[in-house]
Amino acid sequence: MSAPVVRKVGKAVGKGWPWFLFAGVAILWAYSLPHADFAFGKKAGENLASFLVEMASVLPPMFLLVGLFEIWVPRRVIERYAGLRSGMRAVPWMILLATLQAGPLYVAFPVAIGLWRKGCAPRNVFIYLGAFSAMKIPMLTFEVAFLGWRFSLARTLISIPVFIALAVAMEKLLPNDYRPPYSDSPDGIAAAVVQTGGMPLPSPKTLNSSKGQNSHAE
Amino acid sequence: MISLWIITAVALLVSLAADRRKTRAAVLKGLKMFVGVIPMLLGVLAAVSLVLTAVTSQMLERILSGAGLFPFLSALGVGSIALIPGFIAYPLAALLRQNGATVPVLAAFITSLMMVGVLTLPLEARYFGWRAALLRNGLAFCGAVIVAVGMAWVLR
Repeated sequence: MSAPVVRKVGKAVGKGWPWFLFAGVAILWAYSLPHADFAFGKKAGENLASFLVEMASVLPPMFLLVGLFEIWVPRRVIERYAGLRSGMRAVPWMILLATLQAGPLYVAFPVAIGLWRKGCAPRNVFIYLGAFSAMKIPMLTFEVAFLGWRFSLARTLISIPVFIALAVAMEKLLPNDYRPPYSDSPDGIAAAVVQTGGMPLPSPKTLNSSKGQNSHAE
Repeated sequence: MISLWIITAVALLVSLAADRRKTRAAVLKGLKMFVGVIPMLLGVLAAVSLVLTAVTSQMLERILSGAGLFPFLSALGVGSIALIPGFIAYPLAALLRQNGATVPVLAAFITSLMMVGVLTLPLEARYFGWRAALLRNGLAFCGAVIVAVGMAWVLR
């Protein structure tokens, strides 16, 4: 095999592995239907189905809210309350935002990226993620029921300074000009908004600069 | 879950009343983002469900019960790799405690489970880039160790 072919195959696997895996579980599950003794396939299919239900019940509204947030909330508001110069007063807000939500950590990623792109300091983005992973109120009630309030309280109180310190370390360790990549097609989300049928919508540039967006809002 | 849908519906209606064109742009933006991560999400969830099926509760009970360094390290390892929903993880942790799992082991398991996600790394990297995703998980792993050790000390 020549090198380009190898590269092509590698690229196809790199892009296609999520579908291979998904199809794999689906096939295992389908195979278990006529073969009742094949418990693994049945269980894997059921697990995947429960994950899909969870995802379908949380993610669509989450993404709609992130879309509304990106269009409506002015960049200067986020910069003022959670930006690089906001200091420690952003921390309670980040924690409050995180604790009111529920669901697995991947639900928090789009919110975190929305905040980051609006001028939220990386430190505060990671405080949000830390709080989301360590102290969601719906999960805490569950934890207290099974492991007792002593365990829950100790874990939460010890976690708070730890995830704040980790977030500060994240900001220090990432390069100052580090920007997260766009989370959809390579052209980016803003480009997709422009392709909405000739409507005079903001261009990617004006969307990302606070000045352009404010003038558009007026 | 329902409150999330209600909040979203109210926000959409308010936005629609204020400006139809901006609402359209916002919805398109959100949908585009969602559709963009669906393949990766399906792949990661498929991988998670395979691991969750292969690793049974009995297996975890055997590895994580008892005291000492080995259950502690396995708790960190299992917790970091797997993504176990809370409604399975907490009952399992309670069962582990009945079987003699110590506080540091339970803390290491629960904390790493929530803060570190090796299986969801591709998804996280898609949002934040590999550099930030790897860094966050590495630091979160250290954080899980610190929290577990701290809990061992507080709940002696």
